Amino acid sequence: MSIVAFHACARFGLGAAPDELKAIGNDPRGWLLAQLEHPLIPAGLQHLQGGEELMGEQLKSLKRKTRDKSKMLGLFARKLYMEHTGARFAAQVQSQQPFIERLVLFWSNHFTVSIQKGKLVALVNLYELQAIRPHVTGYFKDMLLAVCQHPAMLYYLDNSLSLGPNSVAGNRSGRGRNENLAREILELHTLGVNGGYTQQDVIALANIITGWSLDNDGDGPIIRYKFKRQSHEPGEKLFLGKRFAEGGEQEGIDALTMLATHPSTAQHIATKLARHFITDNPPPAAVAALARSFLDSGGHLPTVMRTLIALDESWLYPLAKLKNSYEFAVSACRLTGIIPTAQKAVNGLEALNYRAFNASSPAGYDDIASTWSAPDAIMKRIEWGHRLALHLRGGTNPMQLAQAGLGDALSDATRQQIQRAPSGADGIALVLASPEFQRR
Amino acid sequence: MSMILSRRSFLRVAAQTGGAAVLQSLLPVRFAFANTPGDARLMVVILRGAMDGLAAVVPYGDAHYADARGPMAMPQHDATLINLDGYFAMHHALKLLAEMFQRKEMVICHAVATPYRSRSHFDAQDLMENGTATPHALTTGWLNRAVAACKPSPDAMAIGSFVPLMLRGPAQVGSWAPNLLPDVDDEFLSRVARMYDNDPLLHSALTSGQELRSMESGKDKNPGGPRAFVEMMRKAATFMAPEKGAHIATAELGGWDTHAGQGLDNGRLAGNFAVLAEGLNAFRQGMGEAWKRTAVICMTEFGRTVHGNGTGGTDHGTASVAFLLGGAVNGGRIIGDWPGLKTLYEDRDLMPANDMRGVFKSVLHQHIGLAEETLDAVIFPDSANVWYKDKLFS
Repeated sequence: MSIVAFHACARFGLGAAPDELKAIGNDPRGWLLAQLEHPLIPAGLQHLQGGEELMGEQLKSLKRKTRDKSKMLGLFARKLYMEHTGARFAAQVQSQQPFIERLVLFWSNHFTVSIQKGKLVALVNLYELQAIRPHVTGYFKDMLLAVCQHPAMLYYLDNSLSLGPNSVAGNRSGRGRNENLAREILELHTLGVNGGYTQQDVIALANIITGWSLDNDGDGPIIRYKFKRQSHEPGEKLFLGKRFAEGGEQEGIDALTMLATHPSTAQHIATKLARHFITDNPPPAAVAALARSFLDSGGHLPTVMRTLIALDESWLYPLAKLKNSYEFAVSACRLTGIIPTAQKAVNGLEALNYRAFNASSPAGYDDIASTWSAPDAIMKRIEWGHRLALHLRGGTNPMQLAQAGLGDALSDATRQQIQRAPSGADGIALVLASPEFQRR
Repeated sequence: MSMILSRRSFLRVAAQTGGAAVLQSLLPVRFAFANTPGDARLMVVILRGAMDGLAAVVPYGDAHYADARGPMAMPQHDATLINLDGYFAMHHALKLLAEMFQRKEMVICHAVATPYRSRSHFDAQDLMENGTATPHALTTGWLNRAVAACKPSPDAMAIGSFVPLMLRGPAQVGSWAPNLLPDVDDEFLSRVARMYDNDPLLHSALTSGQELRSMESGKDKNPGGPRAFVEMMRKAATFMAPEKGAHIATAELGGWDTHAGQGLDNGRLAGNFAVLAEGLNAFRQGMGEAWKRTAVICMTEFGRTVHGNGTGGTDHGTASVAFLLGGAVNGGRIIGDWPGLKTLYEDRDLMPANDMRGVFKSVLHQHIGLAEETLDAVIFPDSANVWYKDKLFS
């Protein structure tokens, strides 16, 4: 059934590339499972570097208050962000493993680090490459640990500044504990806001992870994770009813391991996955199945994904979800075969009023239709698609594009409008504006 | 946890007595609905991230201020604080607002909060916007329900890329964000509309989007960063000033979540204050003659800890400050109960002495003309005894 192939492409992938529907044929589930077995790092992302050095230099320059140098470094950092973001966009446009790419986007949003904190522009793509991507087909606990020990997250949520009130450094400097990361680990990353923790637990976890900090000292400019014992709050902590004996860095590793396999975490993650892959209002039975799979497998993400693929509900609601701005842009380029330069990719997203890694809070971007369907946003998509269509060279046949991209999802209403379009460009623009293309 | 409602400023209605009739007789001023909703303008600015109200409007006259705030206590001299009434002063970076206050165009409500008592930004914002006492209780917002309840419904829009929950709901609303793209012609759009015949979500977005495009002129630059707020407010005024324009709108400004490096008279928070004040001032100027029929509400989902934390900032708190400004406002006052800083909520936060829903309801009643019953039953369900007795408008 072609609509099932379309659904696999659109809902689980990033939208059909020209021959993708054909390649999927009549084994869409197999197509997805194969990607889980052998995930590959896109060629264009294998040599991304420079972010740790640049951000390290920027923070040093900030400390030393060298204003001109800071300005220059800021320019370099934004240039690096553009290069990296462009490389990521291009990689996702061309990927033959769009299911893996979608998982990277999902988890990257779940563990949001935002360039609203400007110094992160140089590092944010590397964060995704280093802390998220390697674990999307691994264990949740490993991703959680990698995230919480990544300089980007430690900087974003201020843990690098957090000192145990009774630690050596705390006593010396009079500065103290910062609960920001601990709170968001509980509320956003693991248990969820109703997952059963108290303010005391927030404080306890914050104490547990004091010392999880940044090393930007010494002669080298690179920024990296370092456990600073002198910042670590000494003594026993009581966290979620469990006693954590004094144990330095290990306390945090143990706490995160506990959180990673907690039933509330399973429920929270299952709900978000179901919302992302099934419908905005996820069916409770599907959530329960995913939570069970998460719990039983100890948070083994490929197992959970296999459960998801096997669920009837995952295939019942084609076109029920609305693409977000990024998904729309990537899928449009995938279908039309346009691979923009880094500058054009970033500008193209700006034209949709979207900037990668720019969520306004650690909660990341919402995953429901009403977030992405502001009238202005929809108008911009229509205008954007129209401008993209004008840039296509050579005779791209709108009907062929529609069939390649939408398969059996192509509705009569859309087909009719495309057939009547006064120009090829208009026809292509109509494909991109169609409800079947706006949705996934 | 029970709400602490002020006896002096907030009306209490016993649960057993009827509602509207009792309220009507207890309210000191009779409101004849001479202004149709169509004349009045209302802009709601959502300050996301939990703004430190004690840093915006400083209770320097409170004997416990310096101790309570610890490292976050503001240095007190005329370069850092602008005296308002001998007890409260405004942060100097909000100078443009202090000037509105002195012109009696601004009312400040301090120690104000929603009923929410936990510390999740996400849940608190949801509750603040859905207008109930429970996060995620409704998928519509109080402002949209208010628009829907007006007869006739005024045009409403969100300034920004997203329509906030507050403005989502049964009433169709527009939105605007800066545009770098060339327009497409109407004929093309009519074909798109045909494709959207069976997709209500996309169809209504397109309809509203087209209406707004028709009101626009020229291409806009897309300023990045917080300064974008000033341009957005300038633009908002161009939509709201005309008689046939949007009369209800929302805008947003973030960057308030100052866990570290908050700064005092200068620094990160001060910078954000300056952007807020400049944006509101640009809005006032843009509204021109319509300013005297305009009200602007600024609110934030909760406040911040009274005492500084260990990293030069503050953590999530409870009560903060809300602003009501506009030419229509009976201003130059600080309203509500002031609980003082001697006793803190949970030993860390400013006591939530005033329920911000009371302010919103009074604005909708006095300025927009919505009936109390409607406000109690539909716009702010479960808020029957939360009202604000004061005459907020001249």
